Amino acid sequence: MNNNYKVIGRSVQRIDGPDKVTGSAKYTGDLKFPNMLFGKILTSPLAHARILSIDTSEAEKLPGVKAVITHKDVPSIKYGLSPARWDENIFCSDKVRFVGDKVAAVCCVDEETCYKALKLIKVAYEELPAVLDYLHAMDEGQPLVHDDYKRNINTEIHQEFGNVEQALAASHHVRTDTFVGQRTYQSPIEPHSSISIWDGKKLTIYASTQSPHYFQHYIARQFDLAMGDVRIIKPHVGGGFGGKMEPTGLEFAGSALAKLTGRPVRMFYDRAEMFAHNRGRHAQHMEITTGVDKLGKILAVKANFIMDGGAYTSLGIASAYYAGALLPLTYEFANYKFDMFRVYTNLPACGAQRGHGAPQPKYAFESHLDNVAADLGIDPMDIRLLNARRPDTVTPNDFQVNSCKIRECLERARVISGWDEKKKNLPHGRGIGVATGSFVTGAGYSIYRTDLPHAAAVIKVNEDGTNATLYTGAADIGQGSDTILCQMAAEAMGYRYEQMKIVAADTELTPMDFGAYASRQTYMSGAAVKQAGEEVRKQLLEMASTMLSLPVDDLDCTEGIIFSKSRANKTLTFQEAARRHFVLRGPLLGRGAYTPPKLGGSFKGAAVGTSPAYSFGVQVGEVAIDEETGEISVEGIWDVHDCGKVINPRLLHGQVHGALYMGMGEASWEEVLFDDKGKIKNADLANYRMLTALDMPPVQSEVVDSHEPTGPWGVKEIGEGSTNPTLGMFSNAIFDAMGVRVNSLPLSYEKVWRALQKKRKEEAEGRRLSCGTGSAN
Amino acid sequence: MAQIITDSNGVKRYLITIFVNGDSHTLLVKGNAILTNVLRDDLNLTGTKKGCELGDCGSCTVLLDGKPVDSCMVLAVEADGREITTIEGVAANGRLDEIQQSMLNHAAVQCGYCTPGMVLSAKALLTRNPHPSEREVREAIAGNLCRCTGYVHIVEAVLAASRGEITPADHEEGEPQ
Repeated sequence: MNNNYKVIGRSVQRIDGPDKVTGSAKYTGDLKFPNMLFGKILTSPLAHARILSIDTSEAEKLPGVKAVITHKDVPSIKYGLSPARWDENIFCSDKVRFVGDKVAAVCCVDEETCYKALKLIKVAYEELPAVLDYLHAMDEGQPLVHDDYKRNINTEIHQEFGNVEQALAASHHVRTDTFVGQRTYQSPIEPHSSISIWDGKKLTIYASTQSPHYFQHYIARQFDLAMGDVRIIKPHVGGGFGGKMEPTGLEFAGSALAKLTGRPVRMFYDRAEMFAHNRGRHAQHMEITTGVDKLGKILAVKANFIMDGGAYTSLGIASAYYAGALLPLTYEFANYKFDMFRVYTNLPACGAQRGHGAPQPKYAFESHLDNVAADLGIDPMDIRLLNARRPDTVTPNDFQVNSCKIRECLERARVISGWDEKKKNLPHGRGIGVATGSFVTGAGYSIYRTDLPHAAAVIKVNEDGTNATLYTGAADIGQGSDTILCQMAAEAMGYRYEQMKIVAADTELTPMDFGAYASRQTYMSGAAVKQAGEEVRKQLLEMASTMLSLPVDDLDCTEGIIFSKSRANKTLTFQEAARRHFVLRGPLLGRGAYTPPKLGGSFKGAAVGTSPAYSFGVQVGEVAIDEETGEISVEGIWDVHDCGKVINPRLLHGQVHGALYMGMGEASWEEVLFDDKGKIKNADLANYRMLTALDMPPVQSEVVDSHEPTGPWGVKEIGEGSTNPTLGMFSNAIFDAMGVRVNSLPLSYEKVWRALQKKRKEEAEGRRLSCGTGSAN
Repeated sequence: MAQIITDSNGVKRYLITIFVNGDSHTLLVKGNAILTNVLRDDLNLTGTKKGCELGDCGSCTVLLDGKPVDSCMVLAVEADGREITTIEGVAANGRLDEIQQSMLNHAAVQCGYCTPGMVLSAKALLTRNPHPSEREVREAIAGNLCRCTGYVHIVEAVLAASRGEITPADHEEGEPQ
């Protein structure tokens, strides 16, 4: 492996770090514009109801109210993120479909007036029976959430690869298990916010977004504008995790209000409204059947899932496909069947949350695999090593896997966790569990159909050569893409990171990029940046060749110094050559663009889950359970990842920590709860419990040496995939500690305690029975 | 007691003086104005973040007479006559505080939205307890939710700052075990 890199592979300081630690970093909600108004959306208090009338007259009379709008004042075309199912309107016109559905909006001189005005809008509803239980949403006689979706079926998937029934019939052992995953919410700490400003026919929106490009596309479509007349600017974003992928009512309603008043309008969600907007993880019912041979080799897998989609599609079609598509990645088997129904309910819409679709099925499969291993008396580590995917293989659903070091990850995790020792010697009440994960390095296909490249970049070297600016549409939402893309630019140019500047995620200033989702930017945006950097370097060396009177092939550039490969004393600074280039040839620019190759098979849904590269990871966790209370203490977690070449080690491990943290929250106690009217019971951060610093277990994160042949410098993803093993790892550690399986998430203390009580009762009954026989006299 | 001024609609406003980052500000505020909004909207100190307005997330943490508080849970009138330190007052004359530098060195910042509150909670801890244990660091920041980092690098950064281990970020190759 080439170890001569000067800029990549180093834990350089974040480019946005100083602004963030001093409080000078601006997020959307921090921005102010002259004459700016504040806007709020009125939402439905009922889960399912017909709108009989809306009376805004009282609200309009309130001093300080500048506009009140309903469905009559906005475009009526439906929108959504997945073009196959556009089912959402800016405001509801005929009926509301969940508690929190959008009905009207106001804009006022200040926030306080907004809240007062919302209370003055009178909406008359006729309450309808609601669909709140997704497992019965398809039953005969259930009310319909959308009239044109019969039996409330939003997405239906039936895929089969190989011959599953035949393989199951030939199996030595077949087992079926059922697991349930809960609704969780991304809960970024920064609430959603947007500012809309019209200038003639041009609309500018500052938005807390993961994808300026998709916002631009969908806003332009909704308001019938040319893409070029919509400018989306992403200020700093306080986390997204999938929850800020699509325009919300804030951008749509805010833009309508701004147009009506001719003034900038800032819209915002409070914490409860964020929970209602949702787009978090689906609840999911997962039945899995696996057939294995005598040794534990997997011969066939059958997955039968139902997902609670909520009232709208959002990105849920992709979530539904991903749930099954990514299951065959970490283990090799030829026969695979996947059936899925994503159903509509009168609950907030679900979408893509970190690990999109994959973490819950992975929890189910990894738990199930340990059950299978226990049936056969095989060590959980061994059954995974036996089935582990090899590099340069193809999954049954036609995903090409190039680099794959899951075996090395398993072996390393076994060593650093002390697996073999602990498996033998851990005392009663303590346990150790393992699970694997894998994830796409960017989606092979864009969300809406287009032939645009997935990423593009421009580098402009400053006239005097002292700095260079990277222009990229990539969206840094906290994960650090601005930093690592500048590292990549500097490496490709032969320049220094410290002299890089960045302009990112502004659709007018930067070339397009699909943004921060599907763990794509290091690879895809990175590929475009590398190409742009190399174009700068090439022009620079040509200039230097003239200046030094040496052939261009003899020259190279590193860390801002151009040197001759043959003559040690012949050097020139990057700065001198760049300045000279500007004087003689004009601006020194580099351009790059990245389009993935054609990927995947030709069956229905074959595109979802395709990616140019897949990451692999293993997590081992050790737990101690208090059998009296069910309380679980996580003694340690070990994560080993195959994520290709590492650009910035500290940022990379930070991604692992964060993904694991989110996974541990979902595994332990995070859950969005509803009352019997479909209203969220815990739409705040006191009752929707995220792990605090006191709850986070100790973590050790490592990577194995890996190189992805298709990626720039050999990179692959890390940010989302690290959530995938966590739920299963925790489940398996608990199983190991107490010998009973909790089949639903979250694996709360209460559920563990109840499972222990049940086990004890069964054991006591078993003893009584055997005593009874023995003592009959 | 703050002077009360009543407008023509009968709405009362209170004349308060608060000392923010060493500067005195005299302001007219409504009784229901929360300190977070006064700092952000009236004084333009937007480093104090709003995450929940319920005292749950800790993003709006400021020091009130040296003690960390959720400024969304403090009425502006309660702050009358008191000293407030916001994130803008932590670095002095462009020189970062040790905690801030340590957060940079350890890559303890991701999205950065919790960072101002985190820095202030840590600052208050190290002022009253210059050599905390890891447990004490975790307790001190337990009221500051972070959704990005799992707190791993944040705890490391605060401990390193308490030990005076402030080195330029770039000296590290990978993850110390």
